[in-house]
Amino acid sequence: MADETKAPVAEHTASETPAASASAPSSSGPSSSGGSSSGGSSSGGSHAPHRSGPRDSRDSRGPRPGGPGGGREGGRKFFRRKKVCKFCVEKIESINYKDVRLLAGFVAESGKIVPRRLTGVCTPHQRRLSSAIKQARNIALLPFAGRSN
Amino acid sequence: MINRTYELMFIVRPDMVDEELDKLISTLETAVTSTGGTVKSVEKMGKRRLAYTVRRFNDGMYILLTVEGSGGLIHELERRLRVTEPVIKFITVRIDEEQKRLDKIKKLRDARKKAAPAPAAATPATPVAEAGEAAPVAQ
Repeated sequence: MADETKAPVAEHTASETPAASASAPSSSGPSSSGGSSSGGSSSGGSHAPHRSGPRDSRDSRGPRPGGPGGGREGGRKFFRRKKVCKFCVEKIESINYKDVRLLAGFVAESGKIVPRRLTGVCTPHQRRLSSAIKQARNIALLPFAGRSN
Repeated sequence: MINRTYELMFIVRPDMVDEELDKLISTLETAVTSTGGTVKSVEKMGKRRLAYTVRRFNDGMYILLTVEGSGGLIHELERRLRVTEPVIKFITVRIDEEQKRLDKIKKLRDARKKAAPAPAAATPATPVAEAGEAAPVAQ
């Protein structure tokens, strides 16, 4: 599979380079018809080589399996990094309600406790964390709901 | 009687005069000692912005009191805080069990740390002793 994906990508990059070089001079002179047809919007000269990818359907499929090059264009498939518990990694044993700076990192803007599946905190630590956040809320160190002002 | 360690945090209104605050703290201390408990530490954490409005105050002076004693003592202290006008909020947290847990982890970790370098550098006993002395100073 890797061989299959690699070959077309190499081919596309080879085919794209003349297109990019062609669009570069056209961006210097935006009034020309060639610039408007390649970029479509032709908002910025720097985006022109990226825009040349999704211009036609055959090219748009190229960068998606390529990964790092066309990651932004692909959009759908993310490389999700394996999340690890911050408290286990940094060996923080005490999760105290007075440590507002630590707790604030696990509270959303709205004041909600951020769920485990988003932060990667392990179950025992999340339990301590949530009780600490609740204590901190009680003594007005953390808000129950986002800042009113 | 079972003695436990508690942490009393309370907030007084921000416009309270320092002398009055000292007076309040000293009365609390006498209440603790008269009931058979001990005050381990008093810490004024200063003025802080509250996360939400409490009794129309947006700021408050935080005071932390660490107390050793029985549950009855805490009951009495909380009653006092409740009737004291300038105190706008308080929380009591039992900390001895958490402390015990932390000590246990620390002991385990220290033991593991000592066990690891000992076979590697078996010959000199003095560096190990020095390291043992240095560690508490660093902490």
